[in-house]
Amino acid sequence: MTATSFRASTPEKASRAGARHQRSRGSRVGAILRASVLIVIALAYISPLVFMVLTSFKTQADATAIPPSFLPENFTLQAYEEIFAAAGGAPVLRWFANSLLAASAHAILVVAVSTLAAYPLARMEFRGRGIVMGTIVVTLLVPPTILIIPSFLVVSELGWLNTLWAIIIPTAAGAFGVFFMRQFFVSLPRELEDAAAIDGANRWQIFTRIILPLAKPALATLAMLAFLTNWNDFLWPVYVLFSPELQTLPAGLATLQSSNAVRYDLLMAGATIASVPVLVLFVFLQRFIIEGVARSGVKG
Amino acid sequence: MAPYLILFGAFVVLPVVLGGWMSLHRWDYTLPNKPFVGLENYFQLFDPTSSSSQVFWGAMGATGIFTAGSVPLLLVLPLAVALLMRRTFPGRNLMRAIYFAPYVLGVAVVAVLWRFLLDNNIGVVNHMLGVIGLPDDTAWTTSVPAAWVTLIGVTVWWTLGFNAVIYLAALQDIPAELYEAARVDGASGWQQFLNVTLPGLRPIFAFIVVITLIASANMFGQSYLMTQGGPGRETRTAIYQITETGLRGFRMGEASAMSYVLTAILLLASAIVFLILREKKGSHR
Repeated sequence: MTATSFRASTPEKASRAGARHQRSRGSRVGAILRASVLIVIALAYISPLVFMVLTSFKTQADATAIPPSFLPENFTLQAYEEIFAAAGGAPVLRWFANSLLAASAHAILVVAVSTLAAYPLARMEFRGRGIVMGTIVVTLLVPPTILIIPSFLVVSELGWLNTLWAIIIPTAAGAFGVFFMRQFFVSLPRELEDAAAIDGANRWQIFTRIILPLAKPALATLAMLAFLTNWNDFLWPVYVLFSPELQTLPAGLATLQSSNAVRYDLLMAGATIASVPVLVLFVFLQRFIIEGVARSGVKG
Repeated sequence: MAPYLILFGAFVVLPVVLGGWMSLHRWDYTLPNKPFVGLENYFQLFDPTSSSSQVFWGAMGATGIFTAGSVPLLLVLPLAVALLMRRTFPGRNLMRAIYFAPYVLGVAVVAVLWRFLLDNNIGVVNHMLGVIGLPDDTAWTTSVPAAWVTLIGVTVWWTLGFNAVIYLAALQDIPAELYEAARVDGASGWQQFLNVTLPGLRPIFAFIVVITLIASANMFGQSYLMTQGGPGRETRTAIYQITETGLRGFRMGEASAMSYVLTAILLLASAIVFLILREKKGSHR
């Protein structure tokens, strides 16, 4: 850190010395040099992921060969063929479908209920608003730890154990979505709603025709964050899903790993399948995801 | 509004109350009778001679080691990354995305991947250590302290980008005029860092400390998948123990009492963090 801040200040010192032209060229070379060093470090940082994908295209023997090779020497789709054929009681495609269904349904549910709750909390006066908002904020501070055991009981009473309902619904009660959307609604200028009200629009019309269209980026960000969280959730599915064919991908990967003879080629193929959807989402929408996270931090 | 409140009531408020109620009973999920036992579950946890207290505090100790090891690294390293990325340069967005990428993967993918890389015999990490002349037979997941290095290192790799992105947003909110003023006053880069950057980060710092603390204290998947809580019970964390007691052993009353104790400690720790950081802020002005 010291070195960085120090280096960052040198161009200014040079400018005080008066060599303007030299400074701009020197700092450009410096910037390029610095950027390339940083990018080399960044590539090393991400190399385990690359290795995971490459290993999934190796033969069973090559995957665990000593010394290990980075690139697959005998490129093969064998690992994928085996897990798609549900070899060894591991129906990976079914897990993929379960995860996709659960995470999509969860994201839609979170967006719908959070938005409907957040708008009144941001804009309407009603009795008990302070209490509701206060309770929601308090639960943001309560570690999720405390919910696991009793939630299991609630889900069990509802008959949702070993069903995808257990994955889709309970976690949608989290306060983050409401908080996130409320922050957004509060930031909108009130004049928009006032103008629509003067034109005779009622609350519901204002909400659906003015507010929601403006909220599209925030809604998309929240949907993606909810999808990612649910897709990756591990502890809860491990304990509430029992049947092999009902697992989500993360929970399924755990059973694949704990089987007697660990097949690293299959495991890396499974891990790659679990990564592809979220990495694709991330590559195309990284700005929204990263800004969603950053904003939740800064304003939360 | 109503749909959310129903969910909130059923899956947040009800469980919190129910957990307290269960912790006062000998609540075995598989048995019809769940007799009321008062505070017995709690007394058990605080009775040093009982086996459940030894198991629980052993797991709390593991959580403590992990938290003490991971939180400082997750406060400092992401800040370093954020400082490197503050100035615009070609490829900056790519770099930000690369550091964040592991975080979008779940703990299951990350743990399964690193278990492979850190395998005792066929792992790439030991192989590369051997190539550069270091010991190449470290049992990264089945011996301590190596297992702690594994759990902490993998967690830092996985979540570093998350904290870095929050730091970066906060850094960009610090007005450039403050740095200009400091430069006019002849402050060096290091002095600018101490007197402009750090105070500017203070509002966000308490938030980052608390979310990192809570995340580390709730560590489960890394241990479950990479070390299976081993060797022995060395790396079995509190959450791991709570879920094993409550959802595998079905002694839910005992497990509820454990989670109430853990939650109380976490709330206390968060409150202390907020108090300390607020005080510092006051004394600085």
